[in-house]
Amino acid sequence: MDIIEIFQATLPGFTRAAWQTVQLTFWSLLLGTVIGLIIAFFKISRNVVLKGIATVYITVIRGTPLIVQIFAIYFGLSHMVVLDSFMAGIHALAIHAGAYIAEIFRGAIQSIDKGQMEAARSLGMKYSLAMRRIILPQAFRRSIPSLGNQFIIGLKDSSLVAYIGGTELWASALGAAADNFAQFETYFINGLYYLALVLIFTFLLQWIEKHLNVEKRSVSA
Amino acid sequence: MIEVKKLKKSYGSVHVLKGIDLKVEKSEVVVLIGASGSGKSTLLRCLNFLEMPDSGEICFEGKKVNPQYNDLNQMRQEIGMVFQHFHLFPHRTVMENLIEAPVYVKKMKKEKARQLALELLEKVGLGDKAHVYPHSLSGGQKQRVAIARALAMRPKVMLFDEPTSALDPELVGEVLAVMKELAQEGMTMVIVTHEMGFAREVADQVMFLDEGAIIESGSPEQIFESPREERTRQFLSQVYS
Repeated sequence: MDIIEIFQATLPGFTRAAWQTVQLTFWSLLLGTVIGLIIAFFKISRNVVLKGIATVYITVIRGTPLIVQIFAIYFGLSHMVVLDSFMAGIHALAIHAGAYIAEIFRGAIQSIDKGQMEAARSLGMKYSLAMRRIILPQAFRRSIPSLGNQFIIGLKDSSLVAYIGGTELWASALGAAADNFAQFETYFINGLYYLALVLIFTFLLQWIEKHLNVEKRSVSA
Repeated sequence: MIEVKKLKKSYGSVHVLKGIDLKVEKSEVVVLIGASGSGKSTLLRCLNFLEMPDSGEICFEGKKVNPQYNDLNQMRQEIGMVFQHFHLFPHRTVMENLIEAPVYVKKMKKEKARQLALELLEKVGLGDKAHVYPHSLSGGQKQRVAIARALAMRPKVMLFDEPTSALDPELVGEVLAVMKELAQEGMTMVIVTHEMGFAREVADQVMFLDEGAIIESGSPEQIFESPREERTRQFLSQVYS
């Protein structure tokens, strides 16, 4: 069997699995972004308890392997909640990405000139209003490149869900290779699927970045 | 309008303000002068509690302000501030910069806020710049927008923290002209500046700060013509001739 035949043979399975990967990535990153934003606020808060929660969260999640976190949620929580591999995957990936996204948001928020908050407060705006209307829109724009990077990592990380019985792209490669014994060709083709997804994602991010920056970005004003 | 008693502030072991007393009457223009590091900016920033004083009293319109109990946001609405580095909101147009606080803090109708904003932009000579973003403006234009933004809250007092120090020399005049007009209209103003000519022309009262204390205060004529203190004389001979 040459590589073209293998490509054709795996096409239906891989395409279906790629769609699974996209869904897994989308939902986990959406949830991860929400977690990241909340943890970032905890981290910059003056409240010691909230700050502590954020520090512990980020330290533990960044300090342990993703596969451990996936297993912990899928098998470890099974006596409390039964999650199927898709749901367990989304949550594990979200919790994982959330720690990194929190640091991205925290960095972006703190990179905004202190004068912006002072100007807003001097006009009588409350801290929360100034944060929402003045600081966050600028911080969000500034975090897009790093966020994009993290999203690409998240997409590839989703492959680990294969090991708790997921039906996404990498699981599908493992299955196909076990059937056709053409390990190299199968994994090579599977890698191309990931590459294609990442490229589509990259273009999307570039478009968003360009779109948001039109005329609105300046270093100091 | 504003009265400060025994105001003290330190950062760690550095005493920036060592017991300041001052009084600003309605419609008065008070100019604070002094070398950098003398505490004049810190004093100004204490007046609207952007810096928290360590001790002492600040009274606004006869009422003592306690940052623990009083609503600072309410007070800040009535005290406009202009910064050395403008701090316009770069992600909003000039118009949006001006209507932000009136609409979201004062809950003014957008239409009314826009009308007011346009009037203020005309006043500072930038009526044609309402829909551009701040980054396309010159320094002098940015500062005039910043003044208009502060005025959009209809404040009773305006604080100016070295408003022309970050500007190219040829742009200083346009900002000072706007400030002079405000002073003539009777706005109560407290200004930190190094523009001695302007201070002399516009001020009702000039205060000279050195090492966190007001060394001397009086009319511009008195301070600039016949300063009583040696340190004032020294400072003026360096910056003003």
